[in-house]
Amino acid sequence: MIELRFHGRGGQGAVVASKTLAQAAFLAGRYVQSYPDYGVERRGAPVVAFARIAEPGDDLFVRQDIREPHHLLILDATLLDSANPLVGLRPGGWVVVNTPETPESLGIESTYRVATVDASAIALRHGLGSAAQPVVNTAILGAFVRATGIVTLDDLLDAIEHEVPAKKEENRVAAIEAHDHVELGVPV
Amino acid sequence: MRERLLLTGNHAAAYGAMLSRAEVISAYPITPQTMIVELLSELTASGRLDAEFITVESEHSAMAACVGASAAGARAYTATSGQGLALMHEMLHWAVGARLPIVLTNVSRAMAPGWSIWSDQSDILSQRDVGWMMVFAETVQEAQDFVLWMYRVSEQVYLPGMVGMDAFILSHTAEPLIVHDQEAADAYLPPFEPIYDLDPAEPRAYGGLVNRDHYFELRYKIYESMERAGSLLREAGEEFGEVLGRRYTPLEGYLLDDAEYVVVSAGAMTSNVRQAVRDLRDRGVKVGLLRVIAFRPFPITEVRSLLGGRRKVAVLDRNMSPGHSGIFAEEVRSALFGQPDAPPVYGYVVGIGGRDVRVETVVDVVDDLTVREEPEMALYVGVKGLPIGPLRRDSQITRLQPLEVQP
Repeated sequence: MIELRFHGRGGQGAVVASKTLAQAAFLAGRYVQSYPDYGVERRGAPVVAFARIAEPGDDLFVRQDIREPHHLLILDATLLDSANPLVGLRPGGWVVVNTPETPESLGIESTYRVATVDASAIALRHGLGSAAQPVVNTAILGAFVRATGIVTLDDLLDAIEHEVPAKKEENRVAAIEAHDHVELGVPV
Repeated sequence: MRERLLLTGNHAAAYGAMLSRAEVISAYPITPQTMIVELLSELTASGRLDAEFITVESEHSAMAACVGASAAGARAYTATSGQGLALMHEMLHWAVGARLPIVLTNVSRAMAPGWSIWSDQSDILSQRDVGWMMVFAETVQEAQDFVLWMYRVSEQVYLPGMVGMDAFILSHTAEPLIVHDQEAADAYLPPFEPIYDLDPAEPRAYGGLVNRDHYFELRYKIYESMERAGSLLREAGEEFGEVLGRRYTPLEGYLLDDAEYVVVSAGAMTSNVRQAVRDLRDRGVKVGLLRVIAFRPFPITEVRSLLGGRRKVAVLDRNMSPGHSGIFAEEVRSALFGQPDAPPVYGYVVGIGGRDVRVETVVDVVDDLTVREEPEMALYVGVKGLPIGPLRRDSQITRLQPLEVQP
């Protein structure tokens, strides 16, 4: 079982990101689950969402918050300072962060692999959200797919077609751009 | 066309209503149910579902509209949650007394105040004695299928049916399901043709004054119909398997055959119980799971035969009847009372207000069960600062201190 945790802020699309990634794996023939840790919806407030992707032999799915994820997607880098999203992350896991900074500059401990992408800039270039609040979910997924290879970019693009309610083409292009431009940290 | 899709529990419930060809939907939005009626309004507006969608100003009116529609011979559906179900309460009685086979999905949510939108089965269980059939879904598939299953039985016994679905851990969880082929669904659930309906050509009066010499008989027929619903639920569950490929039963066991200890659970948290049972088996603990799917009518005979002779039984309750115990524990004890081989029943109250009921929570419960000597009405699991145990006795309770007024 691959367990993933998404950290974002209300309005960035973390919940849709978890559903879209689950959809991509589902389209590739895997059993999946996606689940938001639903707070009271407030723009800007921290939001957590989860996804599980079955591996061969997995036949039971549980229904509980993921405390020891294999990988993390951080839709807002300021959460690294305040919400301690790294808690419980398994050694060797990827931390995919929306930031213009380089992986090395984030100071994340070397037991983890770090990937960075300026998803906000990519989203804005394609008219996704506003300058105050870009919708970065499809861009961060493009970067995640490149870093982890858990699903293919083609499956992700199909999933965007299924799950994203508006601006499908812009979202697809944003995912491709993030996929192509993500900076993958070099493991120490 | 039969399709495999990735849907949330809420959207699956809407698909259940669509596959049932609900003709009138009336609802008032409330978190965490809103996605159900949101999708149904879209399906109705787009013409994919041929139904009247009646928007109303409250849940009380939503059920009233369903009562009117059902009395006129339409298949009526609604969905609600928590305070919404409570506000419907009077009309829920009306649906029973008027013998109207309405189906309702309730997304179980904790009751306010304190204001909470999270999982807790106290809302639906507060409607226990009204006379609705009640089934508890564990999966997204069941959130869809149980709507059809309820209509199939409701329309044979003229009693309404409620599908319970837990907030978020099922309502907002997306997982794969089979959306049945509409023709196959039609074969399972033929059009609703009531014995009596409101017809201007043949006027009748309904719901009038009943004197003391008739009311008891009307209720007696309701009690009889609810009894009959027990065997019909089984039959309709078998038919579901034959026609739509998934067999449903009022109870479900997992690793039960040789189990000395049994955990009883209902709803979506059962998925975690199943994993816990498997983990405990790996440790050599002979434990099994009994899932209660049908709560009304309660499968008393099967509960007796499946639990009789076990060493101990733990009942998980994501609800509480203050002054008594968890409600499922009450039901299980009552079914077992007086049976020569009745096991002791330990009630465990868990997950109130959406607190995560994790696999390890269930493991802790079973570890407690195996060593605890005396059964308790209710043992509370996960209250901050307290071990698993009964309510504190008088001497242990810290009194509230008067507020100190700052000069």
